[in-house]
Amino acid sequence: MFNAEFLDLRQLAEAIPDGSILGIPADYGGVSIAGTLALIRRGARNLSLVAAPVSGLQADLLIGAGAVRQLEAAAVSLGEYGFAHRFTAALKEGSLRMQDATCPALHAGFQAAEKGVPFLPLRGILGSDLLTLRPDWKVIQNPLADEPDPIVLVPAIRPDVALFHAPLADRHGNVWIGVRRELVTLAHAARRCFVTVETIFEGNLLEDPLRAPGTLPHLYVDGVVVAPKGALPLAFSGHYPADHQALNRYAEASRSQEGFEVLLKEWLHG
Amino acid sequence: MADALFLAHTLARLVGGSRSLAVGTNSPIPAAATLLAREQNETMTISILGSPRHTPFTDGGRELFDFAAQGRLEAFFLGGGQIDGAGDINLLAIGDPTRPKLRFPGSFGSAYLYSLVPNIVLFREEHSPRVLVPKVDFISAAGSGPDGTYRPGGPRWLVTGRAVFRFDGQTFRLRSIHPGESLEEVTALTGFAFQLDEDFGETPGPDSATQALLQGPVARELAFAYPQFAARHFPIKDHQP
Repeated sequence: MFNAEFLDLRQLAEAIPDGSILGIPADYGGVSIAGTLALIRRGARNLSLVAAPVSGLQADLLIGAGAVRQLEAAAVSLGEYGFAHRFTAALKEGSLRMQDATCPALHAGFQAAEKGVPFLPLRGILGSDLLTLRPDWKVIQNPLADEPDPIVLVPAIRPDVALFHAPLADRHGNVWIGVRRELVTLAHAARRCFVTVETIFEGNLLEDPLRAPGTLPHLYVDGVVVAPKGALPLAFSGHYPADHQALNRYAEASRSQEGFEVLLKEWLHG
Repeated sequence: MADALFLAHTLARLVGGSRSLAVGTNSPIPAAATLLAREQNETMTISILGSPRHTPFTDGGRELFDFAAQGRLEAFFLGGGQIDGAGDINLLAIGDPTRPKLRFPGSFGSAYLYSLVPNIVLFREEHSPRVLVPKVDFISAAGSGPDGTYRPGGPRWLVTGRAVFRFDGQTFRLRSIHPGESLEEVTALTGFAFQLDEDFGETPGPDSATQALLQGPVARELAFAYPQFAARHFPIKDHQP
């Protein structure tokens, strides 16, 4: 637990068993596409994805590849590139169980898990039909108020595994995430955490006063894979832009399952 | 139909006095409005979700939501697959949400921010009876109430490609129609009932100084957040003094 291992992509995929609850970031927040394709290559099945707090290409790829049983997210979309077609098709076929949420409820769920408490209260949401889709979200009277004050409780979210991409890891297994603090929360919440990184930092990230505050300590990191350009074709903020051509091609090809499979084969073996 | 620059100007007018303004993902015209509002008011705090260059937050994805729940966020732009006359919005699905006829991306932060941020400006370019409906199929976020709940926020305005509505807490009132639109056509294309606002008129377009901002600094910044959209709709034309 307290010693992160350095792995290759195949070992990473083998370390995430079928049926896992997998915590993943938003498409703009450090998605490990390299790790995602490794899971598909392994033939992963029955994953439950939980997005922190939305997803896009990553969820669509895994759904199209038949790896996903359930998805919890506040939204799924390819952003500028349009709808996530494999996600939509799976919902229409009834082959995907969708747990619709709202962004702050997911953030709060991960925060509850990192605190080790069963739930957190949250303002807003009252009046939304999400409450009818989510019987696990409870409305209670604020126990500290004298006046009527209904408030929503959302349960802790404890993923089996967190998977994301980050700029740097050192040889101790510390991972520099920079300003992406939701990745720290996600890692704290999850039982295990695997990270792909652009490159190795020679030295100790925790001893660098500028980098330490943006570092996820090795205590929460179970495995690191060096995977340069591991977020492509998504943008990796501050490092490289999105591959617009690849994403436009994906948005077009994934309109049909056949088109998706042709493109996926290319991405897996290309 | 009004163009993207006209709409960005119209949205920016409705949030101009705010000290803090944010916009979610996948909202290029509201993002342009946000950038314009800051050009016109340099003390304004803005956040364009998903664009690190345009967000001041350092404590993860939750910070915007915590900021809003504390009352620090004064204005926010939201859209809707369907918007009804009670100000309810649907960002989820048409038909049964568990086996939808049409599925939208999802509710995002709407269920939360809609009731917490005082000045919510709704924006949907398409002005049609399939978008502006008598009653939404699914309430991602409710326009008012429920009674007896903590609710400092709510919708104040709705801007479409043809018109501007003001929300009075219960229903929409037509404030203005964009140049070239007729009241008859706007009425026919609106699926919910509405009244005319007291000072109904024509939506004013940008003056030359605003036009220069839209085609200069706004266009340049927008290209960082929405490169494809900016290239298509916000050509950079620097006006030399």
